[in-house]
Amino acid sequence: MTESNYDEIMKLLCDRLSDLTNADVLIAPETNLINQLSIDSIKLLNLIMEIEDAFDISIPINALTDVQTVRELADLVHKIKITSS
Amino acid sequence: MNLLEKLDAAAAARKALLPDGVGAFGIPIEEVFSATEARIGSRRVLLMGTNNYLGLTFSPECIRAAHEAIDKEGTGTTGSRMANGSYFGHRALEKEFADFYQCGSGIVFTTGYQANLGTISGLVGPGDTVLIDGDSHASIFDGCILSGANIIRFKHNDMADMEKRLRRLGDNIETTLIIAEGIYSMLGDQAPLADIVQLKNKYGGILLLDEAHSLGVLGKTGQGLVETTGLLNEVDFITGTFSKSLCSIGGFCVSNHPQLEQLRYVSHPYIFTASPSPATIASTRAALELLRKGSHLRDKLWSNCRQLYSQLQEVGYQLGPDPGPVIAAVVATPQQALLLWQQLLEHNIYVNLILPPAAPEGKSLVRCSVNAAHTTEEIRYVGDTFVKLYDAINTQA
Ligand SMILES: Cc1ncc(COP(=O)(O)O)c(C=O)c1O
Repeated sequence: MTESNYDEIMKLLCDRLSDLTNADVLIAPETNLINQLSIDSIKLLNLIMEIEDAFDISIPINALTDVQTVRELADLVHKIKITSS
Repeated sequence: MNLLEKLDAAAAARKALLPDGVGAFGIPIEEVFSATEARIGSRRVLLMGTNNYLGLTFSPECIRAAHEAIDKEGTGTTGSRMANGSYFGHRALEKEFADFYQCGSGIVFTTGYQANLGTISGLVGPGDTVLIDGDSHASIFDGCILSGANIIRFKHNDMADMEKRLRRLGDNIETTLIIAEGIYSMLGDQAPLADIVQLKNKYGGILLLDEAHSLGVLGKTGQGLVETTGLLNEVDFITGTFSKSLCSIGGFCVSNHPQLEQLRYVSHPYIFTASPSPATIASTRAALELLRKGSHLRDKLWSNCRQLYSQLQEVGYQLGPDPGPVIAAVVATPQQALLLWQQLLEHNIYVNLILPPAAPEGKSLVRCSVNAAHTTEEIRYVGDTFVKLYDAINTQA
């Protein structure tokens, strides 16, 4: 998997997160999903399903315990994508 | 924020949704008169929000059995099933459940919540996978978390979505537990069990079905969804609770896999808790007997369900897809749900109010549960009241 795939993951995450949250919150890699975006657990779980479909991977929900920022989520998705392809 | 400040913030968010003084959650019930009536404050209300599906809470057989057990064996076992808490009744009830489901063995747990926690965490562990419905009950979700297994959710009752996720599991399917529910407690809809079984047979995995809300309700003898679908032998493990149609408290798991017995030695929610009290076990045994031969109760229950479902549907309420004992009106906003709930209480009808995030997909629900002890007139009164309130609710945007 290449750099551009990582960028693709990041772009998809930022796009979907901005749909899910207030338009006036700027979404950057360091944005905190819970504190800053107020993403509730149900929205996050549903977002995970969408990402699974977009990249044809399985993302175990329990792997999210260490995820706080957009970058950490992108890293997790990237790692799973590399190991599954 | 320190720990207590975090709780304050959560309380503030809750109060913003539900002002102080509106006791929709944990409403104090002052007196219980019967399976269908109680006193809340100074009101005598019709209970339309219980899980008492067969209406057996005051059955003389169950009450007598509980009294006798207290007199003979005392108020509690004061110990775990693993130590001093396995009395004759506990073991007899396990045999009776195994026999009811024509299975090799059964285990009794202290609550239905613990039955799911104990079964799931006993079956899977870190490195294994659980594939669960997106609307799974908290006891299933918590059991998965406790197990440490990898949790994958599929969209509620969406078989194409489930298949996609099964396919992605690849070789991990060997160590995958699939979990569904007979009747889902929020909208009262049923799992498409035949399709789930077909996918399980195509891809692999072990299937657990929670019959919490379907036990006593579905099937000729009340086994649940496994009976109406004729798929008893295709489901690997069945869990359920005593707290609904059996009118006590406790839970069970049955299976034809002899490995079920090993759960007694590894499952913390089975081991590290006291066993159900003798009176609980005795009334449950009596209730299970009534449930098995209770087809007249199921007939009455279903006739009540159909009556209320069709009346609410006709006037325009958005309901779950299947008529059944859980009939939930889905409304657009928490304010509308609260208004409907309050107005029903004003009319002496108690139902359940379910606000986000408890309800699926951020919905707000006013949920009725119907039971076999409700009279046709009571069901009509509830239906008529819903009809009367429809316009008031829907003009409040
Ligand atoms: C689907 C489901 N499973 C399990 C449980 C837990 O049962 P209990 O109340 O006996 O702990 C419930 C009840 O709330 C439920 O709805």
